[in-house]
Amino acid sequence: MSTLSLTGVSRWYGNVVAVNDISMALGPGVTGLLGPNGAGKTTLLHMMAGFLAPSRGTVTLDDDPTWRNPDVYRRLGLVSEREAVQGFLTAYEFVLASAKLHRLPDPAAAARRAIDLVELESAQDRRIGTYSKGMRQRARVAAALVHDPQVLLLDEPFNGMDPRQRLHMMQLLHTLGDAGRTILFSSHILEEVEQVSGTVQVMVAGRLAASGDFRTIRRLMTNRPHVFAVRSTDDRALAVALIAEVSVSGVELDPTGLTVRAGDYGAFTRALPRIALSKGIRVRQLVPSDESLESVFSYLVEA
Amino acid sequence: MSTITWITARGLFGRRRFLLLLPLPLVLLGLAVLCRSLGVDPGEWGPPVLVGLGLAVVLPVVALIVGTGVLGAEIDDGTVVHILTKPLPRWQIVLPKLAVAAGVSAATVALPLYVAGVLAESVRLGLALAVAAALGALAYSALFLALSLVTRRPVLLGLVYVLIWEGLLGNFVSGTKVLSIQQYVIALADRLAPTGLLETSVSVPVASVMTALVSVGFTVLAIDRLRSFSVAGETS
Repeated sequence: MSTLSLTGVSRWYGNVVAVNDISMALGPGVTGLLGPNGAGKTTLLHMMAGFLAPSRGTVTLDDDPTWRNPDVYRRLGLVSEREAVQGFLTAYEFVLASAKLHRLPDPAAAARRAIDLVELESAQDRRIGTYSKGMRQRARVAAALVHDPQVLLLDEPFNGMDPRQRLHMMQLLHTLGDAGRTILFSSHILEEVEQVSGTVQVMVAGRLAASGDFRTIRRLMTNRPHVFAVRSTDDRALAVALIAEVSVSGVELDPTGLTVRAGDYGAFTRALPRIALSKGIRVRQLVPSDESLESVFSYLVEA
Repeated sequence: MSTITWITARGLFGRRRFLLLLPLPLVLLGLAVLCRSLGVDPGEWGPPVLVGLGLAVVLPVVALIVGTGVLGAEIDDGTVVHILTKPLPRWQIVLPKLAVAAGVSAATVALPLYVAGVLAESVRLGLALAVAAALGALAYSALFLALSLVTRRPVLLGLVYVLIWEGLLGNFVSGTKVLSIQQYVIALADRLAPTGLLETSVSVPVASVMTALVSVGFTVLAIDRLRSFSVAGETS
C-alpha cells in the first residue's frame, strides 16, 4: 500500500503556469485524472513520476521525494504518453530487459507473468515495430508492470485502443486497483472514464477543478443546462410546444432554426420525439451544440 | 554484458545512421593504400592523411555520430524513459553507454589509423596512432555524451566544436589548442612513437592530464545531468 502525495505543487515554464497549486493524495484503487488537452495533466504526471522538478511544492511517494530519486522506481511504474518503444525488440525481449534492469530475481518468469497479464503471449516473439498501436501500448504496460509496482501511472493509456482493448485495459486497471495498487490514469475523453468506479480528479487550466467520487461529478456534468440546435418542418409551432415542457428552460427562434436550452438532458431528449409526433411536426435535425469537452469542463469550474 | 550495454549496442547498430560510420574510415584507408602503392613520399602524404584527415576529421566525426547517438537518439525518440524508470543509480546508465560509444569509435578509427601509420612509417607509429586515437575516442565520447544531455542539438554543437574550434580557430589563435582534444591525441601519438610526421603544439603532460580531465569531467557532468533529466512538457 503506497500513497502518492502532492502538496501545493506548481510548475511554470517562464511566464506560463502549467500546473497551479495542486494538492492531492492518491491511495490504493483506480483514480482518473481528467481534463481537456493542455490542462497540465502530462506535466503533473511527469512530476509525480520524477521526470520534472516542481517549481514549488513537493511530490512524495510514502515520504520519499520522486525528483532525483531513482529508488522510487522500485515501487512506481510509468506508462508515458509518447508511444516510444525500441521497435527492433520483440515484446518479450523488451519486457525482459525491463525485468533485468529492475534486478528482479527471476526476470524471465516476471516477464512472462507481465505479458500474460496484458494478454500478449501470442505476439510476444514478434518485433514491436510490427505491432498495432493498442498492442504496443499493452507491451509498454507490461514493461511498466514487470516489477509489480505499488503505484502505476499511465498517461492517456486508452489512446488508439479499440473498444475491446479499452475494456480489457480497464478491467486490468481495476484488478490491480482492487489488489491494493495505486493506479492513476489520465484522459481527456469523458466516456473513457465512464466505466471507472472510484475517484476522479478533474484538471482545468492547470488547476484542480473537481475531485472526488466519479458518480457525483458525473451527475454534475449531466445535470448542467444543455443547448441543442433543432430544425424542423415548423420551427415556430415546435417552439410553442417545447416551452410548455418542464425540462425546457428556454427557446430561441431564428431563421436557421431553434436553439433550445434544457435543464435535464434525458428528460428533454425523451420529450422531443413525443411532442413532435403529437403536433405532426417532422424534426430534421437535433444537435447538442455544447458537447465539447471544454464546455463541460468549464461548466464544472464555474459550478 | 549488462542490459544497458546490450540495448545501447542494439540501438546503435539497428539504426541506419550507423552506416554513416563506414565511409570515412574507408576513405582514410583507401588514401593511405593509394599513396603507398603510387610510391608517394610519406613525408608528403603523411601529415595531410594521418593528421588532416585521420585525427582532425575521421576521429572526431565518428566519435560525434556515435557519442551523440548512444543516449541522444533515445532522448530524441523518448525511449530513454524506459531506462530511466528503473531504480538504477544514474552512473550505471552513463558508464555502459560511454563504454559502448568509446569502444565503437575507437575500433572504427584505430584500425584504419593503424594501417595508415604502418604504411606511412612503421608498426610503432601505427600502434601509437591507434592507442592515441583510442584515448581520444574516450575523451570525445565523454564530451559528446554530456553534450547530448546538456543541449537539444548535440550534433550541431559538436560540429561547431570540431570544425570551428579545433579546425579553424586552432590555425589562427594558438591558445585554443590547449583546449583541443585533437592536439592531445597528436601529442600522445608523437610521445609513443616520435616521428617527423606529427607536429605537436601541446606538451605531453598537458595532453595526458587534459585528456583525463575531459574524460572524467564530462562523464561526471553527464551523470549529474541525467539525475535531473526532465521530460520536456509536450503540449498534446
